Amino acid sequence: MTDTTDIKFSDESMALINNLIKRYPEGKHKSALLPVLHIAQAEFDGWLSVPVMDKVADILNIQPIEVYEVASFYSMYNLKPVGKCLIEVCRTSSCWLRGANDIVAHIEKRLGIKDGETTADGKFTLKTVECLGSCGTAPMLQIGEQFYENLTLEKVDELINNPQLVAKHSTYLDHTTFRKN
Amino acid sequence: MGRKVLLEHINEAGIQGYDVYRSKGGYASVEKALKTMAPDAIVEEVKKSGLRGRGGAGFPTGMKWSFLAKPEGVPRYLVCNADESEPGTFKDRYLMEHIPHLLIEGMITSSFALGANTSYIYIRGEYFYLVRILEKAIAEAYANGWLGKNILGTDYSLDLYVHPGAGAYICGEETALIESLEGKRGNPRIKPPFPAIAGLYGCPTVVNNVETIAAVVPVVNMGGDEYAKIGLGRSAGTKLISASGHIKKPGVYEIEMGITVEEFIYSDEYCGGILNDKKLKAVVAGGSSVPVLPADLILKTANGEPRLMTYESLADGGFATGTMLGSGGFIVMDESTSIVQNLHTFARFYHHESCGQCSPCREGTGWMEKILHKILDGHGTLEDIDLLWDIQRKIEGNTICPLGDAAAWPVASAIRHFRSEFEDFVKNPTAHREVKYYFHCNNLDTAASYSSL
Amino acid sequence: MQLENDMAKVTIDGIQIEVPDGTTILNAARMIGPDVAPPTMCYYSKLKTSGGYCRTCLVEVTKGSEKDPRPMPKLVASCRTTVMDGMEVSNNTSAKVKDARAGVVEFLLLNHPLDCPVCDQAGECHLQDLGYEHGNYKTRTDFERRTFDKIDIGDKVQLHMTRCILCYRCVKTAEQITDGRVHGVINRGDHAEISTYVAQAIDNDFSGNVIDVCPVGALTDKTFRFKSRVWFTKPVDAHRSCDTCSGKVVLWYQGEEVLRVTGRKDEWGEVEEFICNTCRFDKKKTSDWTIEGPRKINRHSVIAANHYTNLVKPKEFKLNEIKQITE
Repeated sequence: MTDTTDIKFSDESMALINNLIKRYPEGKHKSALLPVLHIAQAEFDGWLSVPVMDKVADILNIQPIEVYEVASFYSMYNLKPVGKCLIEVCRTSSCWLRGANDIVAHIEKRLGIKDGETTADGKFTLKTVECLGSCGTAPMLQIGEQFYENLTLEKVDELINNPQLVAKHSTYLDHTTFRKN
Repeated sequence: MGRKVLLEHINEAGIQGYDVYRSKGGYASVEKALKTMAPDAIVEEVKKSGLRGRGGAGFPTGMKWSFLAKPEGVPRYLVCNADESEPGTFKDRYLMEHIPHLLIEGMITSSFALGANTSYIYIRGEYFYLVRILEKAIAEAYANGWLGKNILGTDYSLDLYVHPGAGAYICGEETALIESLEGKRGNPRIKPPFPAIAGLYGCPTVVNNVETIAAVVPVVNMGGDEYAKIGLGRSAGTKLISASGHIKKPGVYEIEMGITVEEFIYSDEYCGGILNDKKLKAVVAGGSSVPVLPADLILKTANGEPRLMTYESLADGGFATGTMLGSGGFIVMDESTSIVQNLHTFARFYHHESCGQCSPCREGTGWMEKILHKILDGHGTLEDIDLLWDIQRKIEGNTICPLGDAAAWPVASAIRHFRSEFEDFVKNPTAHREVKYYFHCNNLDTAASYSSL
Repeated sequence: MQLENDMAKVTIDGIQIEVPDGTTILNAARMIGPDVAPPTMCYYSKLKTSGGYCRTCLVEVTKGSEKDPRPMPKLVASCRTTVMDGMEVSNNTSAKVKDARAGVVEFLLLNHPLDCPVCDQAGECHLQDLGYEHGNYKTRTDFERRTFDKIDIGDKVQLHMTRCILCYRCVKTAEQITDGRVHGVINRGDHAEISTYVAQAIDNDFSGNVIDVCPVGALTDKTFRFKSRVWFTKPVDAHRSCDTCSGKVVLWYQGEEVLRVTGRKDEWGEVEEFICNTCRFDKKKTSDWTIEGPRKINRHSVIAANHYTNLVKPKEFKLNEIKQITE
């Protein structure tokens, strides 16, 4: 196990984690692994480093390999650093029919990066993803928990020019997402 | 106008919140169930209603419920499958976003029927903004006494939690969903045992789709017999259809099962016809997994009967000339669409989503994607088409879970119905690539578009 | 009468056998014998919950049971399907099974490097046998194969992931017979790999057993690496008194030298008992062991090629005779 002494969740996050663990029966705290990894990713710059995952293993009292196995299985966990604004563009059938490839190509051209890459200034990462359930409002992309739908190239430009999106790391959740049990 | 039982009040301002939902008769099914019905009586009503699983498989819900084992002293679980990830499907998202209390009401009534005291809604991680909405609605339900201890003064107690996934289509398969809910990789379990015997934490578990659970509300309110009168024959009730692709009015429509496909595509009440009044080429009627059908076969069966939006009519003719209602993900393609390229997006999807446990799916999905990519790249051969056919044939039916079939069927049907287009593509790839298929956002040169394939 | 109730009659490839209720089709077939038993790559009777992944043991159930004679709609994994009284199963007699199995072999070999000439597992590799018996003679793919770097997991075991078929046996071994699993399956789909994720040694008394359970050359014994081909070595049963394990092993000799030590494998290629790392890696002198005698090796195995009794030398052909045969 790596040294995790530097990894400290905020009090707010720890309270949230403890709240979530209580949602599962006694002894079944491993169930909280997926939400806890989401919280960890939101807290530590949008990705899961080995020490962060080891810390999660420690909190849930499971083996680190159990965390690695899970973190590497699900597509929303980033195992490498990402830019502040992670742009996830859907490209499956319905989005493709409505021009998703052009959206991707446009972002690539605008940001000078390819799918999976991060801009040199660390502001944007482009990731193509599979169906996000937004087929009726295609083409679409997701940044953090926000869906941006019925995209046009102009809308994409607006997004890229929006300084708020790179002010801090995009996250799927915050401390107000879950209610207190 | 077809009858609506789920989205009847969807246009009511504030229906997302508790007060308006309650004022429109919300939570009546919980009152009726808890105060006047025995759990088994609810199961009976669901059986009588003819309600079938709305997630894709169409298995009778009442029968699924009656399989649930009830050993003494062992908790039972109801888990709502909100992992909606089948390409072309976004109806559960729509329902949860616009009328979240309907799902919560359904969860309470269904949990009571099944004797579950803890229930979970497993929602795909990409829908985190919906977690927020559901959490708020659940908090409202607790605050108003619909959840928690001794609901409505009865001895029935229920806790309901939302559990987010983290990006894995496979978790829509019920045993993979259970594994994921236990904090593991979303690897489907080898069955038997089925979840009804040993599911979540090894306890008897029912996993039902969002729409199925929501439909329990009208079933209980109006009674099973009344519900069974809606729809057509064994396709009882209404179905939420997610319409997308080349249509004028994409969106979620609640249809009474039995309307014709033609009406659904062309009437202003639903899809409003093909975008830019082009010709219809093909439809994927029930989410990416189901066979694609060309225009003539989706509008009429092989016998020349009008094709109806029912489980039976869509399946008429088997896979030779029919398809499936599936999840109701209705993807429409106009005459300009390349079936080969669309298939490539499906193949890439299944390759990306295969969990990797069993060899035919793990290796076969990637192989099919590579071959399709090769064809799109202009290096395909006629033998590649036969090879694709053979690979899908060897995946189908030979895998642990239905993902293998789901990956195989789109390939099989595309080749079955559009073989000449594949041959044409192989023989003259340049023509296919550069002329026909990139003009949706036409301010980009085609070469740039192609590079992002 | 009680006994009768607890038994089920099952017919596999036309041969009937009575087995206890709860027996899997695979084990019933194994009871009949190796000619009827379906091949397996991931099932391992000593490991709980193993099986179901590789799909090589798929069989056709032509009659479900006496009570419900309907055939099963799909081929089933015989290792995870229990028999029912009156069940009828086709394995080698089913064209569907043969076709599906050839498909599975093709899938398993799709990304396999076929580097048998430099693989220590050659000669005792289940994938080699499977491909030989059930596969096609030529490949239909020319795509680049998936490759991984070789990794040392500890100083005694090497992981060559490129050869792995993801049978999960080593993961279940670590889970079930060692304390504290540090390796597992990471990533998903055809990116899935056996890994410790962070460079880490698998370090415990029984870790060496992952070598014995691996059906291919993905986990190999570094102390034996490139020393010899297995068919040049002579297996000898031996034992020693060991505090950690049964001490019952096979020593693999070349001349006077013990090149490697393994567990004793039965006719299905499964170890009879797991052995400890001390016996496996540290006891390589004849004086460490009590020798029992030559290990009986199936005469079909390539390992049996160079030794043992009743050896009949093949006829030596003259050049013109060979020409006659090949033309």
